Amino acid sequence: MIIARILGTVVCTQKDERLIGKKLLIVRPINVDGSDTTGYVVAVDTVGAGFHERVLVVAGSSARLAQGMKDVPVDAAIVGVIDTVDVTSP
Amino acid sequence: MQLARVIGTVVATVKNESLKGRKLLVVQTLDRNLESTGKPMVAIDAAGAGIGELVFWCRGKEASFPFKREDTPTDCTIVGIVDSDAHVTR
Repeated sequence: MIIARILGTVVCTQKDERLIGKKLLIVRPINVDGSDTTGYVVAVDTVGAGFHERVLVVAGSSARLAQGMKDVPVDAAIVGVIDTVDVTSP
Repeated sequence: MQLARVIGTVVATVKNESLKGRKLLVVQTLDRNLESTGKPMVAIDAAGAGIGELVFWCRGKEASFPFKREDTPTDCTIVGIVDSDAHVTR
């Protein structure tokens, strides 16, 4: 899983019917110290995360294993809102 | 599977129902000389690992196999603890 920050939302009316009602967010992977990296991922939200929050993103086929994501065509899902990251050494 | 060092912990109160009760750890992947390589990842612990320990982890869908495999959204899981650094022959 990677740590990411929520950058924005995606609105998409025409989509696979299994994605109806799912919230799509743009997230950017970040380092454990909170600094930004490059790039972004569109991820489905399963926890009700909000703008600028640090979240846990699970990628690949495991994203479908999150509750409510069974048989949904996704490869990135937000599965947690991070309270703290405590790293002892880089 | 790859070797990694546990370098920190992650706390996430709000998370997908299927991740409740799971321990989240930050792992730094190591090369065969036990030098850091790549970016740290967040892993679920299936072995009872602690900070500073040398572990091995698996990624991809197989990462959910130590748990309820159809219900645990993880792409990175600690599956074993190496007895000591000296047990890595190189």
